[in-house]
Amino acid sequence: MYLLYSFLFCGFLCAIAQVIIDYTKLTPGHVTSIFVVFGAFLDTFNIYDWIIKKVGGGALLPITSFGHSLIHGALEKASEKGIFGLLMGMFQLTATGITAAIIFAFLTALVFKSKD
Amino acid sequence: MKNTKYNHIADLHKPKENRLIHIFISFLSGGFLGLVGEGLVEFFVSYFSLSRTDASTFMILVFIFMASLLTGLGVFDKLVSIFRCGLLIPITGFAHSMASCALDYRNEGPIYGIGSNMFKLAGSVIVYGIVSAWFFGTIRYLIEVFFL
Repeated sequence: MYLLYSFLFCGFLCAIAQVIIDYTKLTPGHVTSIFVVFGAFLDTFNIYDWIIKKVGGGALLPITSFGHSLIHGALEKASEKGIFGLLMGMFQLTATGITAAIIFAFLTALVFKSKD
Repeated sequence: MKNTKYNHIADLHKPKENRLIHIFISFLSGGFLGLVGEGLVEFFVSYFSLSRTDASTFMILVFIFMASLLTGLGVFDKLVSIFRCGLLIPITGFAHSMASCALDYRNEGPIYGIGSNMFKLAGSVIVYGIVSAWFFGTIRYLIEVFFL
């Protein structure tokens, strides 16, 4: 059941993004930024957590989950350390993704040559 | 020739792109990636007996690695022109934007080329993600402190 929900949810988000790009003048850069803000907004009241529980891995893949894990780590730390915990815990959950993206991008630039 | 007439004629000869088909393709390809992601999570859980949280981290690592590799090989841009948003909205788009920026500015040297241009496109995602997460987090924290 998780597989079907993952397919539907991830596909749904991508279709919405495609609609926004086709019918307005926004570029993919705008849309991904909007989606991240939207994900952070959804997790303010734990709605995204609920979606992940229902959908599984398909909800962790779109860029909305980046916003979700930023605010999730921040709130978790804030509950033990107070308001400055928001700053301490911001990267707690996304650290793996960002670090891996930086390292792989660096290695890609070292190994390959630009095609253009 | 008048401008309006020119525009009219130019419109007639534009290649007709069917937007509905683009949307449908994005839906299918994005959904397929989601399906593979969930499949990978279940694979890691059952074969390597990881917890679900660890398994999803590894799943995201696999996608970031694949996206960087395909960008390096020059395949990713062609795939994006076919599948469009289906590849840009999942984490693969994020990894692709970083890897392609690093690759494009490689000629300008390791510091001012790769180092300072890597976040040229992905930076906006990180900046707005952090600012919005901080803003919403503060609101949520204040609500919890004062009203609950």
